[in-house]
Amino acid sequence: MPQVIKTRIDPSSETFQTNLEAMEEALGEVNEQLALTRVGGGERYTARHRGRGKFLVHERIELLVDPDSPFLELCPFAGWGTPFNVGASLVLGIGIVNGVECLISANDPTVKGGSSNPYTLRKTARGSDIAMENGLPSISLVESGGADLPTQGELFIPGGRMFRDLIQRSAKGYPTVALVFGNSTAGGAYIPGTCDYTVMIDQRSKVFLGGPPLVKMATGEESGDEELGGAEMHAKVSGLAEYFARDELEAISLGRDIIYRLNWRKRGPEPSLPADDPLYDPEDLLGIASADLRVPFDPREVIARIVDGSRFDEFKPLYGTNLVTGWASIYGYPIGILANHQGVLFSEEAQKATQFIQLANQVDTPLVYLQNTTGYMVGKIYEQGGIIKDGSKMINAVANSTVPQFTIMMGASYGAGNYGMCGRAYNPRFMFAWPSARSSVMGAAQLAGVLQIVARQNAESRGVKYDEETSEMIRKGVEDQILAEEKPLFLSARVYDDGIIDPRDTRTVLGMSLSVAHNAEVRGTQHFGVFRM
Amino acid sequence: MSMNQPGGQRRIKRLLVANRGEIARRIIRTCRETGISPVTVFSTPDSSSPHVAEADAAIHLPGASAAETYLDIKRLIGAAERSGADAIHPGYGFLAENAQFAEACASAGLTFVGPPARVIEAMGSKLAAKKIMADAGVPVLPTIEIGPDILGAGQGGGDGGAGGATTPGDIEQSVVAQAEALGWPVLVKASAGGGGRGMRIVGEPGALVEAIRSAAREAASAFGDGTVFLEPYVVNPRHIEVQILGDAYGDAIHLFERECSIQRRHQKIIEECPSPAVDDMLRRELGDAAVRAAKAIGYVGAGTVEFVMRPDGSFAFLEVNTRIQVEHPVTEMVTGLDLVRSQLDLAMGCPIGPELRSATITGHAVEARIYAEDPAHDWQPSTGTLYTFDVPHPPGIRLDSGVESSSVISPYYDSMLAKVIAHSDTREGALALLASALSGARIHGPVTNRDLLVSVLTHPEVIEGRIDTAFLERFSPAELGSSPVKMDQVPVYALAAALAAQARRRLATKVLAGAPSGWRNNPTLPQIVTFDVESTLANRRGEPAGGGGEGAVGGAEVVMNGARGKTSEGGRSEVGKSGSGGDKIRVAVGYEFDRYGKEARLYAEEPGEPSEGPDSAADQGQGEAREPVDNMAYPPKLAVRDDLKFVSTSPDETLIEDAGLLARYSVGFAGGRIFVDGPAGSLVLTEADRFPSHEPGEDEIGSLQAPLPGTVTRVIASEGQEVEAGDLLLTLEAMKLEHEIRTPHGGIVTTLHVAVGDQVEAGAQLAVVSNENEDTH
Repeated sequence: MPQVIKTRIDPSSETFQTNLEAMEEALGEVNEQLALTRVGGGERYTARHRGRGKFLVHERIELLVDPDSPFLELCPFAGWGTPFNVGASLVLGIGIVNGVECLISANDPTVKGGSSNPYTLRKTARGSDIAMENGLPSISLVESGGADLPTQGELFIPGGRMFRDLIQRSAKGYPTVALVFGNSTAGGAYIPGTCDYTVMIDQRSKVFLGGPPLVKMATGEESGDEELGGAEMHAKVSGLAEYFARDELEAISLGRDIIYRLNWRKRGPEPSLPADDPLYDPEDLLGIASADLRVPFDPREVIARIVDGSRFDEFKPLYGTNLVTGWASIYGYPIGILANHQGVLFSEEAQKATQFIQLANQVDTPLVYLQNTTGYMVGKIYEQGGIIKDGSKMINAVANSTVPQFTIMMGASYGAGNYGMCGRAYNPRFMFAWPSARSSVMGAAQLAGVLQIVARQNAESRGVKYDEETSEMIRKGVEDQILAEEKPLFLSARVYDDGIIDPRDTRTVLGMSLSVAHNAEVRGTQHFGVFRM
Repeated sequence: MSMNQPGGQRRIKRLLVANRGEIARRIIRTCRETGISPVTVFSTPDSSSPHVAEADAAIHLPGASAAETYLDIKRLIGAAERSGADAIHPGYGFLAENAQFAEACASAGLTFVGPPARVIEAMGSKLAAKKIMADAGVPVLPTIEIGPDILGAGQGGGDGGAGGATTPGDIEQSVVAQAEALGWPVLVKASAGGGGRGMRIVGEPGALVEAIRSAAREAASAFGDGTVFLEPYVVNPRHIEVQILGDAYGDAIHLFERECSIQRRHQKIIEECPSPAVDDMLRRELGDAAVRAAKAIGYVGAGTVEFVMRPDGSFAFLEVNTRIQVEHPVTEMVTGLDLVRSQLDLAMGCPIGPELRSATITGHAVEARIYAEDPAHDWQPSTGTLYTFDVPHPPGIRLDSGVESSSVISPYYDSMLAKVIAHSDTREGALALLASALSGARIHGPVTNRDLLVSVLTHPEVIEGRIDTAFLERFSPAELGSSPVKMDQVPVYALAAALAAQARRRLATKVLAGAPSGWRNNPTLPQIVTFDVESTLANRRGEPAGGGGEGAVGGAEVVMNGARGKTSEGGRSEVGKSGSGGDKIRVAVGYEFDRYGKEARLYAEEPGEPSEGPDSAADQGQGEAREPVDNMAYPPKLAVRDDLKFVSTSPDETLIEDAGLLARYSVGFAGGRIFVDGPAGSLVLTEADRFPSHEPGEDEIGSLQAPLPGTVTRVIASEGQEVEAGDLLLTLEAMKLEHEIRTPHGGIVTTLHVAVGDQVEAGAQLAVVSNENEDTH
């Protein structure tokens, strides 16, 4: 009989209320930025775009996906805090088209003509990885002015992978579809060029290597848009377009038809366990994560609100208790969960995690990591006890695990704990952060403090008088910098995660991620690196 | 020779019900209650009808038309013999008043549940019947008989009773003069007539002669007897009839009156007992007259004497119906009797029993007939699958139905689906009860008159009892028959439909079925659904439903156009497609579930005329690229409806709190339509496609460019020639194959670029055919 988690949360408690307030404030900040992604390039450009009889990017997506199906937007905060618009002029997400989970990426032409900047590139690359790792068909809704030329230095060389990815996915059997709504010229022309299916729209799609001015400059030939790269030309003459659409609606409809005919079958197993809702109110998730990162919270309270029927069978509950491990399911998909409890990881926790990851791989069960860790324990007895050996075993297991892995940053994600708990560098299939999350090499205060200690030691060794006042100013400055950089928006802006989510959506986001991952084969491994015993 | 001789009682053991629909089931029910074994017949389209399943045996009469099935005397007698029946009940309609059939039954030794053939025969001629009644002291309208040839339609000019005039002109003058005495308007009626054929209303002397001629011609061709007669046309009378019972011993009684004034095309749709216009004294007078009539013709069995009644209460004999009436249940409800049982008893030779003699009226009963027809479109019958037929019948409501959910309504027979009868202490109570049962009914499939019935039953004039046979001419059937759902309620219905459709989709989905409906982590738009309203709506332009009549007594034509009578009651052959409202209403709604898929915010736009939707743009398209503005129809402008609170939804029901009131909407999906039954009435919707259908454009059909390099072998078209889409213009030979070049659209051949023998390259332009605004190469 599966165990059902019993809650100990008291929503009326002061702790809960404090946590709730902090979470709501953080959510407010995040949602404010999210709202910015919805207005695209602002009223003026939006109006101009609509005035041309064109749909806005979100409208195109809403029309493309199945009615009432969920849509998981990914990396909406890319480019936050940079000179570029938040969202990086691209909407990326997982949508269901005729019953098929697809990676959908769509240029937002109201943002600087939909041109690509370095963050757009990161986001596109992230989309490519998702499609490749999870074996998804993809649909690109193309309307882009091309590269943001002033940043071409950062775009041109790495940008080539965009086409490599498309064509490699094609080879893998993950079909690629391009719906060309507008310009897709010069390098952009290789998007339809390297996609399996291309739909172009009469008088709208413009796909050429060089436009009339460039052609004139290069060869002296006089030419027009339509003959160089119009939809009719490509559909009738060049054969670059498989389908000719009279307007956007028809193009979207054709895109849906293409997916319908893919004969798509998910390669992973169907959900196999009951998918009933958790017993406890997911609203509580707003008050569980501690407002103060130094205060640990019981991740079982989170698990109780995200897994099917709040059922959770703990593995080694009495051993290495700072890390909670156990079996559960979400949307009927069996999962193993690793969740930090009391922040710090000791050797026991590292060993327990290593074993648990191996067991999950043994039976092809996906893993979910719920991060709230300050890292591996430091100190004489721990170093001497082999904390590095054990931490490395855990990292070995995480790095080589081949079952789909998913990571939620709930709170702290510091130091090697971030690695051991399947941080971005360890390629979780999806990784999301709560607004309460913080991630850096160590806590801001510690980092600043460490710097201060090192500086003082330096000064003393050189016999220089250490100016405590200046030092304090520097320490404060460093702390503030780290505080800003460890925040989820900073990380999400750099596409270090797939987005910041409302904690209440955790079950849905993980459920969708699991379902998406099951498009590819779900197979564990017994091949790990050498474990140092 | 009647089998019902005095003293010659014979028990019916097995009864063949020679009918279909509700009356067949009704008769079978009484058989069950009296220990008689019911058997029945069925035509091919009726093979899965309820009456077939309910009988002990059923004999297939292959064929569909009434003539080859329910009207085929030989086959019916054969069916009775084959099934071992000793009696036949004809029901109503079909052969119920066919003397030959009664005769054939008698000859075959079968008891015919109905009056003897001679009575049917005698009542078949209207003139003869009137004479008998007049002689028996029953009030009749003054009559002028016009012989078949009197106005020169035939040869001899025989005396038809129009006097001794000799020249055609004199005869005409004489006829007009006599008609003058009747007063205008005058009704011209065929003596052998029925079904309204051979009937004319004449409002003024000048039109009389022509009306007589045409009526006589029609009667002659329809009934083989061109005899017509004139009587005063009673303007807007009430239709009052009296139920009579006669036994084989010469005795007759009456079971009170029924008022059947609410009619459409001379066919009753709402009947009641007692009549609000008949008091005890008048009831006695009517009853006495009816009993006199029954005795005068030696009536045996159950029958009905019909009268016209003027506003002053004076009445005159109209005709005798020698059968069980459709509306017999109202009499049954107020008397507690079973008239079919009485019919069987009387047919078996029993004398009129004491329970019949002591019958009294208790309370008030009203019947409404549900027809599959469209009141807004000239009562056009509507056919197809009746997906759902669910009439609530709480105590006091009786349902006599010929159909059930998933019955198929065929075009071959009468379009009456069922009768709903309400019985209450008072007339108001019965009207209200019936209206509520009807409005609560779920009828999904063909268009019906249900909404019209409800409008009539709740109409102030009906409630006050101020009714006559012209009621549905005073008040527009289109208005009365339109959905009671008001324009401003349409969005709520659309939302109910959209949400239930959503629940269906979520249940059917295989991918991420567990995810909250329409979940978004970055929500931009609600889920948007656009519906077309199929139902005709009332007061679209602000006119109150059922109010402000259209042309009171619009004149003779109005009455006559739709004149139908008793013989068509049961066996009609009109076929019609269900039509519905002319200009469609289109409404867009939206809903947005919360992150858990539990609560939803609702959106709606004001319903209005279809503006520049994708469809209308496509219509004008015809070969030309659609205007880009078509995209602007999406997304529609929606406003949050905070006054509406989503409560719950499932694939067949949505609950919405509307301004604090919990409203339950039942939603049925069938045949591409959505049937929503809600507190304000029922509405039929269709969901507009999200994408316009892509009709293959000209570019997909062909092009006037050379498909491959080759030689022009034939040139069929010439410059300036008008061509139609698909016409052959020229042929090319290439790779040893002949390729036909056809124009993808119609137009004028403006240019021919090639001649026979020319070598052409692939893609070379061969011809230009103009296409209104643009040229196609």
